[in-house]
Amino acid sequence: MTTAMRSRPSACPACAVAPAAEALGQGDDPGEARLLLSLPTIHCAGCIAAVERGLNAEPGVRSARVNLTLKRVSVEAEPEVTADDLIGVLDRLGYEAHELDPGVLSATATDKAGRDILMRLAVAGFAMMNVMLLSVAVWSGAADATRDLFHWISAAIALPTIAFSAQPFFRNAWSALSARRLNMDVPISLAILLAAGMSLYETMQSGRHAYFDAALSLTFFLLAGRYLDHRTRAVARSAAEELAALEVPRALRVGGGDSEEMVAISDLAVGDIVRVKPGARVPVDGVITEGQSEIDRSLLTGESLPVYAGPDAQLSAGEVNLTGPLLVRVTAAGEDSSLHRMADLVAVAESSKNRYTSLADRAARVYAPGVHLLSLLAFIAWLVISGGDVRLALNIAVAVLIITCPCALGLAVPAVTTAASGRLFKRGMLIKDGTALERLAEIDTVVFDKTGTLTLGAPEVTNLGDHPRRELEVALALALQSSHPLAQSLAQAARAAGIQPARLSDVTEVPGYGVEGHWRGETVRFGRAAWLGATPGKATAAWLRIGPAEPIEFTFADSLRPGAEQAVAALKAQGKAVHLISGDAEGPVAELAARLGIDDWVAGALPQDKAARVQALTDGGARVLMVGDGLNDTAALAAAHVSISPATALDAARVASDIVLLGKDLAPLGEAVITARKSTRRIKENFSIAALYNMIAVPIALIGLATPLAAALAMSASSITVSLNALRLR
Amino acid sequence: METLVYLIPISLFLGGLGLAAFFWALKTRQFDDPEGDKHRILSDDWDDHPRP
Repeated sequence: MTTAMRSRPSACPACAVAPAAEALGQGDDPGEARLLLSLPTIHCAGCIAAVERGLNAEPGVRSARVNLTLKRVSVEAEPEVTADDLIGVLDRLGYEAHELDPGVLSATATDKAGRDILMRLAVAGFAMMNVMLLSVAVWSGAADATRDLFHWISAAIALPTIAFSAQPFFRNAWSALSARRLNMDVPISLAILLAAGMSLYETMQSGRHAYFDAALSLTFFLLAGRYLDHRTRAVARSAAEELAALEVPRALRVGGGDSEEMVAISDLAVGDIVRVKPGARVPVDGVITEGQSEIDRSLLTGESLPVYAGPDAQLSAGEVNLTGPLLVRVTAAGEDSSLHRMADLVAVAESSKNRYTSLADRAARVYAPGVHLLSLLAFIAWLVISGGDVRLALNIAVAVLIITCPCALGLAVPAVTTAASGRLFKRGMLIKDGTALERLAEIDTVVFDKTGTLTLGAPEVTNLGDHPRRELEVALALALQSSHPLAQSLAQAARAAGIQPARLSDVTEVPGYGVEGHWRGETVRFGRAAWLGATPGKATAAWLRIGPAEPIEFTFADSLRPGAEQAVAALKAQGKAVHLISGDAEGPVAELAARLGIDDWVAGALPQDKAARVQALTDGGARVLMVGDGLNDTAALAAAHVSISPATALDAARVASDIVLLGKDLAPLGEAVITARKSTRRIKENFSIAALYNMIAVPIALIGLATPLAAALAMSASSITVSLNALRLR
Repeated sequence: METLVYLIPISLFLGGLGLAAFFWALKTRQFDDPEGDKHRILSDDWDDHPRP
């Protein structure tokens, strides 16, 4: 029933995600003191109690309530309570917490559409069971006055129920008809309305057959399909929104006299001074006025090496400040900023995604006119045969319409996508788009980005074993004092190798250069080659110098994302062509390609090159799966047949892609393609099952032998078979 | 057959009661956090008196 769902804008998951990028720039109402925190690690009754008790004990907190399903806590608090305070409290309690932007999440907080469908479903279910109870009595032989009474009671239950529960179908059918199109809801609405109307007429005439139960079970089963569909999308949407909401669009504005205040990015004006802490993402485009640091721009360009930046250097929104605190003068705000350009990119990506026609749509296109034609033919034929008996002819035409009505078809797609999405969600993949699975099943070529996708974008020491223990101890002690990724990576590796830090004194970090200290009366330094008087080599490196000795080099390589090797191997085993296109320099790209066994690779690609190559592959007849994470991948992600991005990707890239990898691991990629192929096969099987039932039931209806009992049996049996077939995917 | 006069209204009433209960639960957002509610019954808080 994706047909109908997509015709309503609110039901399309991607559309609901798209504004997230724009909302990033807007921020929330400062007067509102409702805080939302994401708690990824909570899992038990004890956690709920501990978190709620801990937060409620904080002064200024009015109430705190945990939602374990969404792994969130919402806090009502006085305006002076900030999220950072609460994150500190939770940290002391031993729970990891992240602030969420309530503005972005408001859409999921009240899932009105879902509750609306559920309510209609409940009413339809209640009415269906009651009417079925009365119908069974009629089928088993109630006659005359009893039958009439039962029909009248059925009518009294069924008619208001249909008026309420079947509204979504009527509305969709009407909007399709007024646009002069046919969708699956047109035959559905027609069948429900005609069945109810004709049954009412038959009841008035004390006729033998009334189809109230059929009209109701049709409504019930189709609503169930629609609800499943909605659930799948709602889960994906809320997870996608949560990813977006994790990046709260705020900046630290420095006012006159060194006062600082947190403001929404949208409130910043050109010329404002903003403080960017080490480890934070640069919120706006700007120029550095004070401080020096190293900047990681891998998300924007794919370069894996951090770049040095001092006063007067240009920064773009989205880059990450690594070492020193910076003061940045805003050069572009609002409409002109990179942030807004990102939102534009997303809009472009969104509009280009609507070309694909899903299997359900294609089925509906053939099915809807066919059904109408068939029942019209039945009506005319019986009118001729019976010599003008309109009542009989109409009865048979309605029976044909009810029996062919796509009950199983309505469940065929949602039941399968629900099962498949659920399975992939457990493996850490989020299916954002309704047709993503179908498109994923068709791919024959995979294009990977390098930095941040096949690699973690985090460095790894490569020559730890080459150095004596004494040097390692000094290096570890120095590295522990810095938050630079190279230092942290070295510290982690050295610790893992069992090295103990040496005792140093007067350790200071020199932002943009490295760390300095004293050890046994000698000055020791760990940092950039130029600062230590060494000649930089080709690889990413940090240097250590003890006193007057020659500096020694620690080389680093970007560490491979876990599961990258398995993913590439699995895709190659499935016969897919694997390409690597990176914006990074040739050396690291060639090395990685060799390590993973990728023969087709391109280095130094500009964002346009990436999109152009994907387009060229597509023009050559290939169906491309693009896997990427950066701003430079966004155009390529949008151009590809289907696209995947990791959760660490930039918001724009995540929105442009159809599937988001929630975990760090790439390994589920190979399985995802297999699951997608399986689910497409199940959908087609389900269509065949529905067709098979029709092939048996339609001739019976056409010759006028269909009874309400036969219709009820055919409908329930096909719906249940289809759902069970879908469950085989789990 | 006369029993039908009682039985049908009774069955409709009971079914309607169930439906009304479901509506109430839906309106008071009792399906918002099934996972959390499952665990909350194990907590000792508010065992002696209801939450104020």
